Amino acid sequence: MIPDLGKYAQAVIGAYALSIALLVLLVGWSMWRAARVRRQLNEIEARRVRNG
Amino acid sequence: MASLWQYANPQKFLQTTGAVLPVLAVLTALTLVVGLVWGFFFTPDDYRQGATVKIIYLHVPSALMAINAWLMMLVASLVWLVRRHHVSALAARAAAPVGLTMTAIALLTGAIWGQPMWGTWWAWDPRLTSFLILGLFYLGYIALWSAIENPDAAADLTTVLCMVGSVFALLSRYAVNFWNQGLHQGASLSMDAEENVADVFYIPLLVCIAGFVLLFITLVLLRTRTEIRARRISALLARERMA
Repeated sequence: MIPDLGKYAQAVIGAYALSIALLVLLVGWSMWRAARVRRQLNEIEARRVRNG
Repeated sequence: MASLWQYANPQKFLQTTGAVLPVLAVLTALTLVVGLVWGFFFTPDDYRQGATVKIIYLHVPSALMAINAWLMMLVASLVWLVRRHHVSALAARAAAPVGLTMTAIALLTGAIWGQPMWGTWWAWDPRLTSFLILGLFYLGYIALWSAIENPDAAADLTTVLCMVGSVFALLSRYAVNFWNQGLHQGASLSMDAEENVADVFYIPLLVCIAGFVLLFITLVLLRTRTEIRARRISALLARERMA
């Protein structure tokens, strides 16, 4: 399945693994923070409605 | 056509981007997967660089986005400075971690690529050095936003930093042309077709670049929405403390 990368296999696979890991971390962190802030805001706004 | 300035209204921005984001996310994932799979599995080795040429599909798009993310931050910061639109300042802030990640990918893949081709992971070459400084500017920009409590003052000061850093953003793009020295080659993409890489690499590279551009837009919109909400939380909590 993986193409024959010859003597450069380690470099090419390393570059892809590292880059994809960084991108996944960035996307995951952005989504996690978006969900957390959204939940926090909803809680505060619900509390404001309850307290009038 | 509706004015662009209507999106300076946080509610309008949240409403519009909320509808657009899911479509953008799917398009981003599709483009990135197609581009990277095409580049990795279905392109030949280069006659000089062998299989390392496959690193181009990560290195060039990330380097391009690292520079353009800074320029986007500059435009957004200048809009803040001139028109005082908070969404604009928050968009600049939201873009910085994305730009920093792109810079890190460009530097790391460049080092991994450079080792077998140049015989060294790093050289104090004009392009590499200006790129490293750009990365440090990203770190400084993010740190400055976090260090200042007053968000308007933070936006003002980071705008100044952004203007200074733009010199290095441009330098990292044109360093090869300014100083005809160093290990780094010239541009892989150019308006001049003769300077471009061969078509067999060029077309999947364009798909990867489109994927990285879409990823940048998607993440900046998502993160700007988060920053708007975080700002609203701060305002509401401050109001509660005052009551």
